[in-house]
Amino acid sequence: MSGAEMEDENELAGILADQVNRLLADTATREVKRAAELGDWPAALWAGVEEAGLPLALVSEDAGGVGAGWAEAEVVMRAAGRHQAPLPLVETMLAARMLEGAGLPIPDGPMTLAPIPPGDALTLDGERLSGRASRVPWGGRAGHVVLLLEGEGGTAIVLAEPGEPVANANVAREPRDDLTWTEAVVQAAPTNLSAGDLRHWGAFARAAQMAGALEFVLAESVRYANDRSQFGRPLGKFQAVQQQLAALAGEVAAAGASVLAAARALDRGRAGFEVACAKIRCGEAAGKAAAIAHQVHGAIGFTQEHALHFATKRLWSWRAEFGGEAQWSQELGREMARLGADRLWPFMTGARGA
Amino acid sequence: MQDFRFTPLDLPPETEALRGEVRAFLDETIGHEPPVLRSRTWSRFDGAFSRKLGDKGWIGMTWPRAYGGHERSALERYVVLEELLAAGAPCSAHWTGDRQSGPLLLNRGTEEQRRRFLPGIASGEIFFCIGMSEPDTGSDLASVRTRADRTDGGYIVNGTKIWTSNAHECDHMIALLRTDTEVERKHDGLSQFILDLKAPGVTARPIRNLADEDHFNEVVFQDVFVPDDLLVGREGDGWAQVTSELAFERSGPERYLSSWILVEEMLRAAGPEPSERRAIALGRLVAHAAVLREMSLSVAGQLQRGEDPSLEATVVKDLGALLEQQIPEVAHELYEEEPTLEAASDLAQVTAYLVQAAPSFSLRGGAREILRGIIARGLGLR
Repeated sequence: MSGAEMEDENELAGILADQVNRLLADTATREVKRAAELGDWPAALWAGVEEAGLPLALVSEDAGGVGAGWAEAEVVMRAAGRHQAPLPLVETMLAARMLEGAGLPIPDGPMTLAPIPPGDALTLDGERLSGRASRVPWGGRAGHVVLLLEGEGGTAIVLAEPGEPVANANVAREPRDDLTWTEAVVQAAPTNLSAGDLRHWGAFARAAQMAGALEFVLAESVRYANDRSQFGRPLGKFQAVQQQLAALAGEVAAAGASVLAAARALDRGRAGFEVACAKIRCGEAAGKAAAIAHQVHGAIGFTQEHALHFATKRLWSWRAEFGGEAQWSQELGREMARLGADRLWPFMTGARGA
Repeated sequence: MQDFRFTPLDLPPETEALRGEVRAFLDETIGHEPPVLRSRTWSRFDGAFSRKLGDKGWIGMTWPRAYGGHERSALERYVVLEELLAAGAPCSAHWTGDRQSGPLLLNRGTEEQRRRFLPGIASGEIFFCIGMSEPDTGSDLASVRTRADRTDGGYIVNGTKIWTSNAHECDHMIALLRTDTEVERKHDGLSQFILDLKAPGVTARPIRNLADEDHFNEVVFQDVFVPDDLLVGREGDGWAQVTSELAFERSGPERYLSSWILVEEMLRAAGPEPSERRAIALGRLVAHAAVLREMSLSVAGQLQRGEDPSLEATVVKDLGALLEQQIPEVAHELYEEEPTLEAASDLAQVTAYLVQAAPSFSLRGGAREILRGIIARGLGLR
């Protein structure tokens, strides 16, 4: 990519980020987030997001979408994380992309995808779906659920209405419901995607959301440190606090960089390594950054009243979803061990995504 | 507060052929060396190796041909540097001249200084060191007291520089000296000079470090004459010149690869079917290194496009040192064998060396606390 093309792309990404951030800053308010924790569906917020075309960002223009690549999708996902929009926005983006790839119709309204961890048994008999999917993001709230089922006859994408829900949640009180279907009528079509691809997409989305939430956590912490005075001067004047905030900034910077690299790799169709790195790096950043942010905020940050927890609880949740650091690190470590020490550096420097 | 943006950089395809050339060269020259020797990439002063690199055209790569350079891109240079570091080539002799002294002379030096010194730096025949710290001046660099007093046709230098890497082996030092003591701000009245380390009145005394290496020095100047034509830039501009020079020092791949050989040795020792614990720990280190490489490349791309990524570069150095220091820690956690430089496995020897070298990683080129202070100001803490 030439320098000029790169600048154009940066500029477009900047404009998109500004638009989405403005929309969500105005509508994903503290009150909306709190109400969502207590079980309300933020209908107005969803309407605004839908009007802006965000849920179909990854769908081609021919199919009624925006035709964005992963780099642009990353901007939307990061903004969704930055404002902790209590919606299945990234889930709908991914579900719609899965449906389009399989040539299935894309329904209106919020959708979700089922991660299908080991242990979930789902069977597809013709167009009848039976079985249970656990911890489906927004499973009980979404209008439709998209699943990827690997079977003897190949791999299929399935579009279903939500099964019978048992309500569950992550620590951020985002719905993570168990859904059970009994011979439910669904639509299904073969797909080239694998369960591994889907896991990469999910991990990427959560990493991008974490990168956004981390930006929020840093900005809030800097603002608080400048506003709050103790011993006659702002907290931000104390070197002990400055050092901690600088460490926090490093984590946020690394998380953001890892996600941009993963988006570029996804756009090139080979992203396993970069997505794993992003999920590992963002997860670790999430833990460190949340700890520093809470320390800087003191007691007020530990309250329901202050907005910090909307971000930190999501960070603690998202780092575990679609594979936590232990899982991704182990996979990556095993892959590198198979590769062997002498091929590690050539692999690191190879144009993997090109 | 501005968000950091580490736009990913694609290295141009033509760098791949260059990378292959560098690898073949390194395989031939240092491929047979034991890992523990290669882990000493920073402390090994090997003038013969530097001359070979100079012959290849891999020092002063981006400089004009008129000064012995090769007019190649900063990204080609980046590829050469990261290959040298990852392989553990002995880089200590030419690194400072290539990274700092050469660019300083290109930017601020006189035509005569450029013609006199740059071709020799680029061919690996003239070696430079940097004289900044003093016995009473560490992180508080502006408090330097070594004086350069006006005399006929030049200056007389008196004072002491310390922690000067390789001063006993180098030909010249770029020194930050006080030319004016009657200033209100200590940042004023400083100037940079090229000092001939073989001149009468210069004594370089190696200081052994804790790893028993003698690569850094105390350098005493006693009535050392420096001619006018070895002043770099303008008298009194030393502080501004030095701070812009530090941007070169903080942005390269050398800021996360110092312990890389140990990652390779840990992976080798883990075998093709590592335990869960080792797989997790090594996978995590590789992820950290891969992200730091993306960040470091992104900074290189921003420099290439003429942007000012000094804050991003500072973040990379801070994070890079954390990783470099964690790697020997992880080796301690994962492997039973006692780290020792005596007859032992490669892994034990490399760990033994790096565990001793590691404290310096967050001291050199700006201590961690100084870097974080810079980052904090960049965040808008007031």
